[in-house]
Amino acid sequence: MTDTVLSVRDLRVEFHTRRGVLKAIDGVSFDIAKGEVLGVVGESGAGKSVTGSAVIGLIDPPGRIAGGEILLSGQRIDNLPPEQMRKVRGKRIGMIFQDPLTSLNPLYRISEQLIETITTHTDLSPSQARTRAIELLAEVGIPAPDRRIDSYPHEFSGGMRQRVVIALALCAEPELIIADEPTTALDVSVQAQIITLLKRLGREHGTAIMLVTHDMGVIAETADRVAVMYAGRVAEIGPVHDVVRNPLHPYAEGLMGAIPTLAGEEARLVQIPGSMPRLTRIPPGCAFNPRCGYRFGRCTVDRPDPLPWRGHKVACHLYDPASGPHFLGEGRTLAAAEKHEEATA
Amino acid sequence: MTTQPYVRVSDLSRSFDVSKPWLNRVIEGGEKQYLKAVDGVSFDIPKGETFALVGESGSGKSTVARMVVGLLPPSRGEVTIDGVSMTDRKAEAERQRLRRRIQMVFQDPYASLNPRWRVDRIVAEPIRAFKLVEGEADIRARVGELLTLVGLHPDDGVKYPHEFSGGQRQRVAIARALASEAEFLVCDEPTSALDVSVQAQILNLMRDLQDKFGLTYLFISHNLAVVRHMATRIGVMYLGRIVEISGGREMFTSPKHPYTRMLLDAVPDLAMSGQERAPVAGEIPNPINPPSGCTFNPRCPWANERCLAERPPLADGVACHAVHEGRLAVKNAA
Ligand SMILES: Nc1ncnc2c1ncn2[C@@H]1O[C@H](COP(=O)(O)OP(=O)(O)OP(=O)(O)O)[C@@H](O)[C@H]1O
Ligand SMILES: Nc1ncnc2c1ncn2[C@@H]1O[C@H](COP(=O)(O)OP(=O)(O)O)[C@@H](O)[C@H]1O
Ligand code: SF4
Ligand code: SF4
Ligand SMILES: [Mg+2]
Ligand SMILES: [Mg+2]
Repeated sequence: MTDTVLSVRDLRVEFHTRRGVLKAIDGVSFDIAKGEVLGVVGESGAGKSVTGSAVIGLIDPPGRIAGGEILLSGQRIDNLPPEQMRKVRGKRIGMIFQDPLTSLNPLYRISEQLIETITTHTDLSPSQARTRAIELLAEVGIPAPDRRIDSYPHEFSGGMRQRVVIALALCAEPELIIADEPTTALDVSVQAQIITLLKRLGREHGTAIMLVTHDMGVIAETADRVAVMYAGRVAEIGPVHDVVRNPLHPYAEGLMGAIPTLAGEEARLVQIPGSMPRLTRIPPGCAFNPRCGYRFGRCTVDRPDPLPWRGHKVACHLYDPASGPHFLGEGRTLAAAEKHEEATA
Repeated sequence: MTTQPYVRVSDLSRSFDVSKPWLNRVIEGGEKQYLKAVDGVSFDIPKGETFALVGESGSGKSTVARMVVGLLPPSRGEVTIDGVSMTDRKAEAERQRLRRRIQMVFQDPYASLNPRWRVDRIVAEPIRAFKLVEGEADIRARVGELLTLVGLHPDDGVKYPHEFSGGQRQRVAIARALASEAEFLVCDEPTSALDVSVQAQILNLMRDLQDKFGLTYLFISHNLAVVRHMATRIGVMYLGRIVEISGGREMFTSPKHPYTRMLLDAVPDLAMSGQERAPVAGEIPNPINPPSGCTFNPRCPWANERCLAERPPLADGVACHAVHEGRLAVKNAA
């Protein structure tokens, strides 16, 4: 597969804390192709941001990558020396975070920041870089970019700042963009503008995008595929339409039902009992088992691996033919599986 | 008895003085500046119903909430709850009696719970303050009952707020609100800091408690889907004013005001109609210097001369010249 931009294989990230070893990421695998947007969802603490940080090589000290591989266009990047990784980060991977002010230096004009990034990563001269910077600002929808380029970050609203950060991430024409909650701090109307922008840019530049957010609506609108994370693992990964409409994994099913929609009329929202376990105390077997209504024998003993299931990968024993009779057992998940079969027939 | 609704908010307004300090004004020049955070907001809430205010950041929702519970004096207008004025100075004695029955639930449950108090003390505080139950044993029993009611365990009372998750803390905050036997809860973004799965637990709990005790809610959120799920009636706010007010369902099936339509269009939704959106340009303007006429005019595709000059009044549940003039047909869900 030549157009796989990012490939994460069996990634493990641990934090060594006073309370013991915290397995923040425990065996996560996924690929993102050229021009594809992979959405990563899950409740807070599920490991979305740590996954993103691992990819860009920015896991903070008590944490470390404890296993697995990360490949960027076929090249391993998880074991690069810090100096080389810094270059990869600026040039080949762009980053967008929730708070645009973490990416912008308040003391420098927008023009200085853009031009510096462009001249560092391309062969353009400073004056060519300025022209390029103005083009980029126009591309991300900053009105009158030739005049606004010399402003300071604080002279822009939140939505405009996030546009500048996107321009900054695009400067070096990266292969991959990691966007961690890029619209969470923005108002709905501005959020829609930023989503549309990200989607268009990814398509036009062929950039692979890893979009981390806890907002399923944003994922539904933006992503091609979605990975649902739970307690440091991927519970289900598949095409966004399928996962949203016919989630297979019991956690994914609960999560989708918990979300109120504009279509409304749900008398009660689906409620998943309890809460996600502390990562220092993940139960044996399936991490979701204490909260799962379909739990059966194997669930408290064997850890389910993500197995292919009609275009998805699902980490649940219900979808493992090796579970035998349970796979054909009663319950809503089976109904979900049937619905899914119908939908994909 | 009058037929006045349980909660009546009329012409509620609040300005803030945002001028530079006096000395700077003298040296650098410049006028006094005021920011109209809330401007002429009116609505009623019948007993046992949920009225929601929805709008983007800075539209004035929290300022309305603070005035309704009496935390902030209005610059103009009135709030009456069960016939008692929250704003008339003379009604102080009556208002004291009412205070217990009105409680507020905030977005950040951590900030609103005393971190040094055990949860049982936090929940017992209003019971003691208003002398609702006498005797330590009975108070303890009542606290256990309240914790159970919100889905916690009576034994959780010995813990401190930091030992709970965000959703559990919000349950504690709700238990405390119910401890005073409140009838009217003003909830300002009660689930905005929570994960969706936890949000579902809290929203279900709030609806159950409403059914059980006939509670009245003023529910504030920027999340339209949440509002749709909770509200009987909805007011949409933009730059301090209600631009549209209607029944919960109607707002979504036939939005009238251009801003409401824009919001509904902008919300990324699970239904994923897949259609390419044409997101409305622009952002909320600076509230210190709002546009003249209709404050939505710089972003409105239907704006004309009149919109630049004349502020549209709220009539038939909508404040928009184009709708009033029949230039803009009411959108109907096909
Ligand atoms: N004490 C104050 N002094 C000056 N301005 C204020 C004050 N309190 C609020 N404002 C301003 O009043 C306007 C309305 O604020 P408010 O907090 O009510 O908005 P909101 O709708 O609750 O927004 P959010 O969704 O961000 O919570 C804003 O422009 C805000 O900056
Ligand atoms: N610097 C750190 N030290 C210790 N634990 C951390 C650190 N950063 C993240 N974690 C833990 O890793 C887990 C996953 O975190 P994160 O990826 O931020 O979750 P989210 O899915 O909300 O983005 C959480 O349990 C978090 O507490
Ligand atoms: S493996 Fe078992 S416990 Fe885990 S989600 Fe599937 S059925 Fe539930
Ligand atoms: S009054 Fe005019 S500018 Fe305001 S919303 Fe209506 S049409 Fe648009
Ligand atoms: Mg995160
Ligand atoms: Mg607020």
